[in-house]
Amino acid sequence: MSKKMAIIATKGTLDMAYPPFILGSTAAALGYDVQIFFTFYGLQLLRKDISDVKISPLANPAMPMPIPMPVMVQMLPGMESMATMMMKEKLKKHGVAPLEQLRELCLEADVKFIACQMTVDLFEFDKSDFIDNVEYGGAATFMEFAGETDICLFV
Amino acid sequence: MNFDKELDARGLSCPLPILKTKKSLADMGSGQVLKVVSTDCGSVKDMQAFAKQTGNELVSQTEAGGEYTFFLAKK
Repeated sequence: MSKKMAIIATKGTLDMAYPPFILGSTAAALGYDVQIFFTFYGLQLLRKDISDVKISPLANPAMPMPIPMPVMVQMLPGMESMATMMMKEKLKKHGVAPLEQLRELCLEADVKFIACQMTVDLFEFDKSDFIDNVEYGGAATFMEFAGETDICLFV
Repeated sequence: MNFDKELDARGLSCPLPILKTKKSLADMGSGQVLKVVSTDCGSVKDMQAFAKQTGNELVSQTEAGGEYTFFLAKK
C-alpha cells in the first residue's frame, strides 16, 4: 500500500501558496497518495484565476528586499503589487514554476483537493469561482484521511 | 552511456526536474534508460532521493560545467 501525506493549506499569499503545491506534487511523484485540505485563506488557491495572488512585505520582516524599506513606505498604495511583481520576476528568473503550473501538476498526479465547506460558506465564496477538481468537506472528512497518513503538515 | 530518452531540465528549479523526470519515465518500459540534464544543484540530492524512494535505479550521475547529468534505469 502506498504511503500517504496530508497537508492543511491555510494561507493565500504567493509565498505561502508554494509549499503545499510543491510538496503535494513531489510526494505524488514519489508515489504518495496525497490530499490537501484548503481552509480559510488557503481557499484562495482553488480559484480558477490565481494570477492575482499577492505577496506583501508588510508585517513580513524576513522578506529579502533589494533596499531596506521602512514600514511607513511599505504601507503606500501600490507597494504590494510592486513586491508581487518583483517576486514573480525573481521566481521566473530562477526557473521556479508558476503556481498555476504546480497546481496543474498536482491535479495530473491525482492529488486530491478538499475545500473546507465551513470557510467557503463563511467567506461567501461561489463554488463556480473554484476549479472543478475540488471536493467539499469538513474537519471529519479530513481526519478520516489524515488519521492514516505517514506525513501530515500544516501550512 | 546509451539511453532511450532524454529530458532537458536545464534552467528549472525544484521540484520541476523531479516532476518532469517522473513524467518522462511514465511511458517508458522497464529497464529503459532516461538521461536527465539539469542545472539545479539541488537536483543532485533530490534525484538520489527520487531513485531511492521510487525504486528506479540511478545508474550514474556526473557534473560538468554547472550541468548535472543523470542516467536512470526504469524499474
